[in-house]
Amino acid sequence: MGDPASSSPPASGRRLVRAFLSDRVAIACSAYILIVILMALAAPLLVKLSGHGPLEFDQAAVDSNLGGLPLGWGGGISADHWFGVEPGNGRDIFARIVYGARVSMTIALLATALTSVLGVVFGLVAGYFGGRIDMVVSRVMEFLMAFPALIFMIAVLSALPAENRQALLVVVISFFGWPYLARIVRGQTMSLKQREFVESAKASGASSAQIIFKEILPNLSSTIIVMTTLAVPGYVGTEAGLSFLGVGVVPPTPSWGQMIASSVPWYAVDPAYFLFPGAFLFLLVLSFTVLGDRIKKIAESGEGRA
Amino acid sequence: MIRFLVNRLLGMAVVLFLVCLFTYVIFFVLSPDPAVQICGKNCTPEAIDQLRANLGLDRPFWAQFWTFLTGLFAGRTYGTGANAIECAAPCLGYSFQTSQPVTDMILQRLPVSATVAIGAAVLWLLAGVSAGLLSAVKEGKFADRFITGLTLTGMSIPNYVLALSLQFLLVVTLGWLPFPQAVPFSEDPAQWFANFLMPWIVLSIGAAAVYTRLTRANVIETLQENYVRTARAKGLSPGLVWRRHALRPALTPIVTIFGMDFAGLLGGALITETVFGLNGVGKLAADSITKNDQPVIMGVTLLAAFLVVVGNMVVDLLYTAIDPRVRVGSAT
Repeated sequence: MGDPASSSPPASGRRLVRAFLSDRVAIACSAYILIVILMALAAPLLVKLSGHGPLEFDQAAVDSNLGGLPLGWGGGISADHWFGVEPGNGRDIFARIVYGARVSMTIALLATALTSVLGVVFGLVAGYFGGRIDMVVSRVMEFLMAFPALIFMIAVLSALPAENRQALLVVVISFFGWPYLARIVRGQTMSLKQREFVESAKASGASSAQIIFKEILPNLSSTIIVMTTLAVPGYVGTEAGLSFLGVGVVPPTPSWGQMIASSVPWYAVDPAYFLFPGAFLFLLVLSFTVLGDRIKKIAESGEGRA
Repeated sequence: MIRFLVNRLLGMAVVLFLVCLFTYVIFFVLSPDPAVQICGKNCTPEAIDQLRANLGLDRPFWAQFWTFLTGLFAGRTYGTGANAIECAAPCLGYSFQTSQPVTDMILQRLPVSATVAIGAAVLWLLAGVSAGLLSAVKEGKFADRFITGLTLTGMSIPNYVLALSLQFLLVVTLGWLPFPQAVPFSEDPAQWFANFLMPWIVLSIGAAAVYTRLTRANVIETLQENYVRTARAKGLSPGLVWRRHALRPALTPIVTIFGMDFAGLLGGALITETVFGLNGVGKLAADSITKNDQPVIMGVTLLAAFLVVVGNMVVDLLYTAIDPRVRVGSAT
């Protein structure tokens, strides 16, 4: 701690945190994301509070004479059903949103974690070793990026058995997602490895692994943070899109995308049915996008000053 | 130049071959036996065997894959003797559901997807590039910040949420547009246009946002280049500096992503076509996925991959033409 030489990186870290804390938009976005995470974590508790589970039918809340249209204003919003009910079977939308948050967040965050690890490792290895390893990794990345990922994800997911869909979604999304980070990490590693501090580490006998993880990786941290924050909204959207198309999370497990898909036949008569999950999804993606954008700006302004 | 072209074509062939192999493995190894599915409920083991023989499913994997590949280029024959069916090249097999040739099914749907893609592309290019230019000119001012806010929103809204919201707002609440109905252009151009308007808007919003950001960033960066400063210093008028020195390099990267985006869209906009009930390639894919119609899914996947790969190549070629800094020899 008292070592003066090590004091500069934490100071810039603190500066970043301070810049971040004084950014009201960034705080608002983080707050919304935090709310969704808390909602996902506390789902069973919240559902107990509201009194309806996500799979519970409530025929009393829908009008069977009108084809199961929810009774009351705004898709059946009432003290009993806070966000109204699903037309047809009367499942509580609040409960399904809360449980749907679990699915969205789990899949998006796990996919982000997996793509980050893959992207960083492959990018570092390709950029540091170069030569044949780089060629192989780069070709694989080109191939994956040229692939029609959405159609292929759908095809794979529809062909594979339905058990444990969530894990499958994470794997499939990550499989196509890592090259985008790896490409950038590779480029930066290639330029970093020419720098003096890497040369000196090499001269003092550090192993390749030491150089990669102790010398190069810490210098990539701001890039990785920015890229991963910007990747999360993409994965939230992908999961919702796949569930929307019916190859994602299997019913009756709720997911926001799937809720919106089932609201399509009802949009004209019961707009609240798609507005609730739609708004939650949109705000989540927006928050992550704006947050990533802000962090990127803060990180860039820091680089300019250094 | 010729060497570059040959290299690119070879690379393209390799990627397409791998896409074929990959999809083939997934479908014909992992998914349930198609013969059982076609045969239906009242099926005997003999009938299944017969079907498997007709479809060539009883042969080893590599033999099946080879037949599929040659079928793409030279066509193939299903069954033997009197029952033989000729499938002309490019043969993608027959739908398990409708028994139609997959190639025909796709070709029938392609015009709709092309209409959707072209209209959306025109919209997003116009909106994206002009908003990006405006944003760059007014950097830091209100207009710039307003546009930046809009682009973040546009990038974040999932297209099916946007589609449903627009449909609810414009059709149900305001009644500005009629309910979407497929009408050929020759019959009623106005209805045809109204029918495609919402899909165009929905598809172009997200892309327009991305293009706005890209244009803005590129223009601002280019304006700081030395040669722009030189051009200014030697007394060129601002308009001339813009046209001759700033715009061209700033817009080159747009061409790159445009080729990929447009090609990707031609292969079918799954979600948008499904939501608006447009009978394009995307809806075909979505429908065959729910019915587990493997040959069709595979055909659409291959088409999409083909379009993306060709799009990439066209972009690379254009790039060498537009940007004098890229030399052909080094662009592989």
